Amino acid sequence: MKERFLEVSQEADRRQQERFQIWLKGEGIPFADERAQAAYRERVTLLKEAIQMKQRPARIPVCPSAGFFPMQNAGVTMYDAMYDYRALGKAWEIYHRDFEPDAYNSPMTIVPGKVLDILDLRLYEWPGHGVSKEREYQYVEAEYMKAEEYQDLIDDPTAYFLNVYFPRIFGSLKPLTAFPFLPPVNEIPMVPPLAMPFGSEDMKKALKCLAEAGEEALRWRAAVREIGGRIMGKGFPSFSGGFTKAPFDVIGDSLRGTRGVMLDMFRFPDELKEACERLVPSMVKCAVGACTASGQIMPFIPLHKGADGFMSQEQFSTFYWPSLRKLIIGLVNEGLVPQLFAEGAYNDRLETISDIPKGRVVWWFDRTDMKRAKKTVGKVACLAGNVPLDLLCAGTPEEVKMYCKDLIDAAGVGGGFILSTGAGIQGSRNENVKAMIEFCKEYGK
Amino acid sequence: MTDLLVQALVEMKEAEALQRAKQLLGDGVAPLAILEGCSRAMETVGQRFEKGVYFLPHLMMAGEMLKQISNMIKPLIQEQKTAGKGGKVLIGTVEGDIHDIGKNIVVFLLEANGFEVHDIGINQKPAKFVEAIKGFQPEVVGMSGLLTLAFDSMKKTVEAIEEAGLRKKVRIVIGGGVVTEKIKDYTRADAYAADAMAGVRLAKEWTKRG
Repeated sequence: MKERFLEVSQEADRRQQERFQIWLKGEGIPFADERAQAAYRERVTLLKEAIQMKQRPARIPVCPSAGFFPMQNAGVTMYDAMYDYRALGKAWEIYHRDFEPDAYNSPMTIVPGKVLDILDLRLYEWPGHGVSKEREYQYVEAEYMKAEEYQDLIDDPTAYFLNVYFPRIFGSLKPLTAFPFLPPVNEIPMVPPLAMPFGSEDMKKALKCLAEAGEEALRWRAAVREIGGRIMGKGFPSFSGGFTKAPFDVIGDSLRGTRGVMLDMFRFPDELKEACERLVPSMVKCAVGACTASGQIMPFIPLHKGADGFMSQEQFSTFYWPSLRKLIIGLVNEGLVPQLFAEGAYNDRLETISDIPKGRVVWWFDRTDMKRAKKTVGKVACLAGNVPLDLLCAGTPEEVKMYCKDLIDAAGVGGGFILSTGAGIQGSRNENVKAMIEFCKEYGK
Repeated sequence: MTDLLVQALVEMKEAEALQRAKQLLGDGVAPLAILEGCSRAMETVGQRFEKGVYFLPHLMMAGEMLKQISNMIKPLIQEQKTAGKGGKVLIGTVEGDIHDIGKNIVVFLLEANGFEVHDIGINQKPAKFVEAIKGFQPEVVGMSGLLTLAFDSMKKTVEAIEEAGLRKKVRIVIGGGVVTEKIKDYTRADAYAADAMAGVRLAKEWTKRG
């Protein structure tokens, strides 16, 4: 098989330029007035210059991860935000109005509760469904894929998801176990077997559920787009566009689970590696599609199981990094800027993850030592991060400012830096969030 | 006698370790001697973890091997397991948080180190902690949480323990996710453990006899 996703293509530069142009133009955004449009462009330029590392931006942009904070700030419950899109919009608008970060955080992670209800999602508990209406949704750890199923996943990821995984994670989609294999359907005798499963009452019911969920998801998307238009129209470019994951995390988070994947590194190392490789193209395409549709440039990629402590350096280089690097190169070749949100600490990984093309990636850190990051991966990638949540939740504005000062001194030298937070800022004190943003705008000049 | 078993365990060779344990049993080696070998192996694994040679997957694998060998051996042991020489630890994930992977690793390590552990599970209200402390009478209480919402839940749980007049009877350690030294102060716990072994070390220190 031809090796892909190893080298940066000759098209990558041109594509990146094109995508930056589209982002900068912001076509279709209903700008409030010329000032708003100018502010939008100014902010895109700050971010672009930080990312490309060719020159120091006029000031360091500040783009915290809003997380679930906008709801808390607006007095809207998690339940309301997931079930009442007007409440979601209100919370989002108030947050951007009150705090004026340099980018708009799309509420794409505040997913519509009704869609989850209709599909009967088993992967999570959400407000009013396993956790109280005030709490955020939370993942339910389990082995949703069995260890002996690696070969099925490798043989045909789509079929595995349709026939095995979806029936497990969606209560309403159990009949998909009968979904036909598609590659054999290319000759006349295979047409009836293709059609048969869809005639059963069970399957009809499942497809009806999907249609209902789809209608609700479209209503949500319309609402989110409207919210986005209103906020971007006031001068805030979108920070992230689209979503994808490191192949190892796809398997380690919600297929095999933390325990499963950790044991698999010892028990089924070859299968695990092969499965990661097999998932790369899908994970590339998923981000490319979303970014192209929205005219945005940075797919959000939360990284989980590769953090310091979660595996040895040898395991990281063997199991985690090769397929993640391919994902990165795949996205870079499409002109996108992968936004790698490295939760936890990445101090042991800094050398390894520096093996990427310059000026095309944002490494967004949480508990990583930013001084060390600047000296290593900071030479080839824009850094973002890493005001800690304990400080924002339990510290004072003075402490926050002191932290931001040290952070800018360490990571902001020469640009190539976006001040942000190590995680979604829910639980933070308002005055601390304000102090962080205002201080950065002033001191980061 | 058990050296090769210990070595296989320490080197994460699961199939070999199980084979050796079976072999030893077949050769008539006393079940307790095999378990003792396992403890020695776990000690080395713990040391390697602390030195940064081993990481969570190794602890997970060690736990897995230990569980399988224990299951093989336990039916053969007549006498009751002697009470934990390391003291009693109550542990749970605080209210609102349903995560437990980290907590489960701590439980495994505590048990491997001879502690008697009462795990009250996830999403536990302050009152549940209080009730469990009254019943189990632990020396150490561990609170776990992954999300920032756990900060306030931990704080409230510490307060509830105070109000119940139990604060002086237990030492409280918090850990997990975004917990830090600063959050220890915020919640007024006694300590914060950065990782599972640090938690075990604290528990050992706090329950030292004599």
